[in-house]
Amino acid sequence: MGFSARLGYNHRGIEKACEGRTFQQDVYLIERICGICSHTHSTCFVQAVEEIAGLDTPKRALYIRSIIGELERIHSHLLWLGVAGHEVGFDTLLMYSWRDREVVMDILAELTGNRVNYGMNIIGGVKRDLTPDLVKAIEKSVDLLEERTKYYIQVAKEETTLIQRLSGVGTLSHEDAVSLGAVGPTARASNVARDTRSDDPYAAYSELGFNVVTDDHNDVYGRTLVRMGELMESYRLIRTAIRNMPEGPINVKAPRKIPAGEATSRYEAPRGEDVHYVKSNGTDKPERVKVRAPTLANLQCVAKMLEDRQLADLPIVIAAIDPCFSCTDRSIKVADASGRTRNTMKWEELRIKGIEWYRSRGVDFSKLNRRLSERL
Amino acid sequence: MTTEETLLNELLKKFPELHDSARVQRARRIIVEVAQNRFEEVFALAKHELDFTILCTITGLDEGKDIACIYHLSRKDGIMLNIGLRTPKEKPVIKTVIKYFPSAEIYERELVDLLGVIVEGLPEGIRYPLPDDWPNDEHPLLKDWKPRSAMTSTPASRMKEETGNATA
Repeated sequence: MGFSARLGYNHRGIEKACEGRTFQQDVYLIERICGICSHTHSTCFVQAVEEIAGLDTPKRALYIRSIIGELERIHSHLLWLGVAGHEVGFDTLLMYSWRDREVVMDILAELTGNRVNYGMNIIGGVKRDLTPDLVKAIEKSVDLLEERTKYYIQVAKEETTLIQRLSGVGTLSHEDAVSLGAVGPTARASNVARDTRSDDPYAAYSELGFNVVTDDHNDVYGRTLVRMGELMESYRLIRTAIRNMPEGPINVKAPRKIPAGEATSRYEAPRGEDVHYVKSNGTDKPERVKVRAPTLANLQCVAKMLEDRQLADLPIVIAAIDPCFSCTDRSIKVADASGRTRNTMKWEELRIKGIEWYRSRGVDFSKLNRRLSERL
Repeated sequence: MTTEETLLNELLKKFPELHDSARVQRARRIIVEVAQNRFEEVFALAKHELDFTILCTITGLDEGKDIACIYHLSRKDGIMLNIGLRTPKEKPVIKTVIKYFPSAEIYERELVDLLGVIVEGLPEGIRYPLPDDWPNDEHPLLKDWKPRSAMTSTPASRMKEETGNATA
């Protein structure tokens, strides 16, 4: 199977729309680039604006941003675990992990008022403070989730069917991951020790002590282990952040007009490095806002992962980069590229091809099918 | 001397003409602006000798008379180098960098679609990110671009046009 991605089905023109709105309005627009990584995009944007404006964001705000960011990563990775389970026919895993994900969704709703699109960030800090009661609630949730994650790690390490279904599927060598510019867990599962939280620390990460989780399986199984390892790291980061969080104000007043200047901001989204470039011209509206969401970087690796692979592996391989097409786009169209013609295969042709493929390998159900139809 | 300053000095030693535009913006951020005829040499040096082995993205900007392209490169230690390049807006032409970074293809297609930049050496392929039936001479990120009515119409607005405000 050959693979090419046609992107653009959901180009929403957000970058252009940002130029016509004020910096304050853009925070809310940018937050809606993605429902799952909403805090990612808004943090990445406000960081750039704060740098241009020379704002001294209070430390407590930076800690709160990190805590929300890690809670967002937990909900995103648990969501991924369920999707991955579903794509390989392990729906029990989907039910379990999505039930547990509700714990983190509830705590996010309690902290911010919303399950997604938290609206925590403002230029100059965050909007809501963490009260001692909320901190206690976070700690309780994290304890519960840590226990559950330990169980999932045990499943991932011992459940033979899962290991066999995911091993050797969607392989991406270390060299390819580097040359194609893979990011996030996709890169780290090919033993690329890149994580913006440790390479280019933002928010409170430089003070939290951070371990980059990597794996050398180079396949979907490796990507599963990396995400599970990152969940454990997130629990540790949240506990450290809560312990070290200083008292004090949570925001500073930001000017309406942002002085002329430019800044490049990076953020480790659950899916990998998110890059924002913001240029200001001295007015209350930005001159240019550029967003490079992590999925766009990873999509270019998918073609490599699917080279000469089976169609049946396509769902899990695409799911394994944890694609977020609302950040990047929306849909992928696959054309059969065998030979050099690009004719799309019809559903019935695909079915016949599948039957023949198995028959040529000694798996033949035609007798059984005949017997069944006679009895019916 | 910080790593950022050392890297910048290395670059300035080979290309003294960059002196006016080059600066360390803050920790882990270096900015330079390069003339078009020296761009490839600077780019190659940054990748092969200064270890900027990661291409984060390419930003295109409409700056009035020129189209600016900023190549955001990064090292493994998190230091970023933004290499700026200008090309006249009347006929914006740049050369592709896919031989340095295969991943540049999608970012260069964005420059083609959204700003009308001609990227020499970029292989033919599927357009990104605009739809297949989008006119070839409409580039939405240009500052003077205005959407034509056909692009902003919705089923409801079309019905209104056809029926001559019959709903009112």
